[in-house]
Amino acid sequence: MQRRAGGVGGTVGFFVEVLLAGLLAGVMYSLVALCFVLIYKASGVFNFAQGAMMFFAALSVVNLIAAGMPFWVAFVVVLAVMVLAGVAIERLILRPLTNQPSMTLFMAMIGLSIMIEGLGQLVWGSRPFGLELGIKDIPVDVGGVRLSQFDLFAALVAGALVALLGLFFSRTATGRALRAVADDHQAAMSIGIPLPRMWRIVWGIAGAVALIAGLLWGARMGVQSGLIVVALKALPVLILGGFTSVAGAIVGGLIVGASEKLAEVYLGGVIGGGIENWFPYVLAMLFLLVRPNGLFGEPRIERI
Amino acid sequence: MAFLALLVAAFVAIPLVGNDYLFSGLLIPFLILSLAALGLNLLTGYAGQISLGSAGFMGVGAFAAYNFILRIEGLPILAGFVLAALCAAIVGVLFGLCCYRIKDFYLIVATLGSQFTTEWVLTKFGWLTNYSDSGVITAQKIVILNVVFDTPLRRYLLVLAIVTLMALAAKNMMRGAFGRKCMAVRDMDVAASVIGINVFRTKLIAFAVSSFYCGMAGALWAYAYVGTVEPQAFDLDRSLQILFMVIIGGMGSILGNFLGAAFIMMLPILMSVAGSLVVGHALDEGVIANVEQVAFGALIIWLLIVEPRGLARLWQTGKEKLRLWPFPW
Repeated sequence: MQRRAGGVGGTVGFFVEVLLAGLLAGVMYSLVALCFVLIYKASGVFNFAQGAMMFFAALSVVNLIAAGMPFWVAFVVVLAVMVLAGVAIERLILRPLTNQPSMTLFMAMIGLSIMIEGLGQLVWGSRPFGLELGIKDIPVDVGGVRLSQFDLFAALVAGALVALLGLFFSRTATGRALRAVADDHQAAMSIGIPLPRMWRIVWGIAGAVALIAGLLWGARMGVQSGLIVVALKALPVLILGGFTSVAGAIVGGLIVGASEKLAEVYLGGVIGGGIENWFPYVLAMLFLLVRPNGLFGEPRIERI
Repeated sequence: MAFLALLVAAFVAIPLVGNDYLFSGLLIPFLILSLAALGLNLLTGYAGQISLGSAGFMGVGAFAAYNFILRIEGLPILAGFVLAALCAAIVGVLFGLCCYRIKDFYLIVATLGSQFTTEWVLTKFGWLTNYSDSGVITAQKIVILNVVFDTPLRRYLLVLAIVTLMALAAKNMMRGAFGRKCMAVRDMDVAASVIGINVFRTKLIAFAVSSFYCGMAGALWAYAYVGTVEPQAFDLDRSLQILFMVIIGGMGSILGNFLGAAFIMMLPILMSVAGSLVVGHALDEGVIANVEQVAFGALIIWLLIVEPRGLARLWQTGKEKLRLWPFPW
C-alpha cells in the first residue's frame, strides 16, 4: 500500500483499488457480523464467543487435514461438531441463565470465549497454523483494477452464504418462526413456537457460519488466536448497521472495510499508521451520535 | 466494628507478619486491581453503563502521572497522581459523551473503541513515553515529604492508604444524592428523567468519577507495583479482567470489588497449585496453562449460573444464615 502512482489518472485508479480491496475485506467482516446478528435477534445474547468459535473451528479443520483427512470430510466433521457445540451451549449455559439481565449473559459469553480458546489449544496445541484453501493470493486484473483473487473468492463465498441465509429466513417455515422469535419472544411463544428449539437452531447455524468465517479468515491470516480479535472488528460493523438487522450487517461491513482501508492509506500518513485498529470504532461512535440505532436498526420505544 | 478490625489488620497486623513477596506479589496488585474494579463498578454496577475501556483509562492515568512528574519540576508525587487521575477523568468524559444517545450493547462497543484508541495513542506518540525506544516508561521514585517509598512494605502501606480513602469516599458518594441518581438511572432511565434527574449529566459524572478511579489505579500500577510499564499492560484483557472482578464480586457493591479481585487473582494461583498436586509435573506447562484457561472459563460460567449477583451477595446470605443458625426460622 506504500506505492503511490503519479498523475491524476493513477491517483484515481489507486483510490478505486483501495476502495475495492476494502469492500472485499468488508464482506468478510459482514460474515462475522452476521453471526452476531443472528444470535442477538433470536435470543438477545451478545455472543462474545463468536471469535473463539471461529478460531476453534478453523483450528480443528487444519489439524484434521494434517491428520490425513480430505478437506471435505474434515469440513463435514467439524460442521457437525460446531452445530452440536451450538446446541450444547444453548442447553448448558443459556437455559440456566434465562431471565437474567443481559449483562450476566454477556459475561457468560466472555467466559465461554475463554473456555473455547483454551479448549482449542488444549486439543490441537497452541502454535499458529497455516491454512491453504487452494486459492492463491495473487492479484488479477478486473477492468483495469488489480484485485486479490483470494479476496474475490472470499467475498463470493460470503455473499453466497448471506444470500442462502436470506432465503432460509424468508422462505422456510423455520426461518419465519425464527423471525417471529426475533420480533417478540412472548408473542412467538403464545402462538406455539418452541423457543428452546429455535435457540438451538440459531446457535447451530451460528456454529456453521463460524466455521466458514473461521476458514476464510484463517486462510487469510493464519490460524492463530488473533482470529478472536478479528471477530471484535465485527462490532463496529454491528453498530453501524444496527444490532438487529441482517442487511445492516452487510452494508455496515462494506462501510467499515472500505473506510478503514481508505483511512489507513490516506490518513495513516498524516497521523501515523496502525489506525485500522480503532478507526472503525471511532467512525461508528460518531455515526451513533447521529443515528443511535444504526443504519437499519429498529428504534427502541421507551416505556415506563 | 468489623470494618475497624479489618483496617487494624490491614494496617498493623499484616505489615508485622508479611514478607516482601506477599506485599509486592499479591497484596499491592490486589489492592490496585480492587481500586480499578471499584472505578468500573461505580459506572457499571451503580450507574448501569457497561464499559470495556477501564484498562485504557488506567493506561491514561499511568502515562499522565509519568509525564506530569517528569515535566513539572518539584511537583509533589501525590499531586501528580491526582492530576493524572483527572486527566483520565477528562478522557473518560470524552468517550462518555457517546452515552448521550446510546446504551447497552452499543455502549459496550463504543467503550471497546475507547480501549483501542487509548492504547494506540499511548503507543504511537513518542512524546508520551519521553521518546523511550521500546515505548516503556520507568516510573520515578515515590518520595513524599522526604520519605522514600522504596520497600515493598512502604509501597503497600501507601497503596493501602489511598485505596482505603477512595473506597470510603466511593461508599459515601453512593449513599448520597449522586449515588441515588445513578441507581435511578440504572434501574430505569426514562423514569429517572421523569422525576427530574438529568440523565445525561448523571451518566457523564459517573464516567468522570469512574475514570478518575481507574486513572488513579493505573498511576499506582506504574509507580507502586511494576515500576516500568508499557501501554500493552493496559490492553483489552486487563479490561476484561477488571470486568470479571466486578461481575464475580457483585455489581453495585463496594465490598464486592475486593472479593472479586481477590477471587480472580487467587484463582490461577490456586489452580496451578491444585494442578501440580494432582498430576505432578507429568504434564507439559502449555497443557496445564490451557487446562487452567478452560477451568477458569467454566468456573466463571458456573458462578454466573449459581449466583448471578456475585460473591458480595453470597457473603450477605451467608451472614444472614449464620445469624439465624442453628434455628433458621
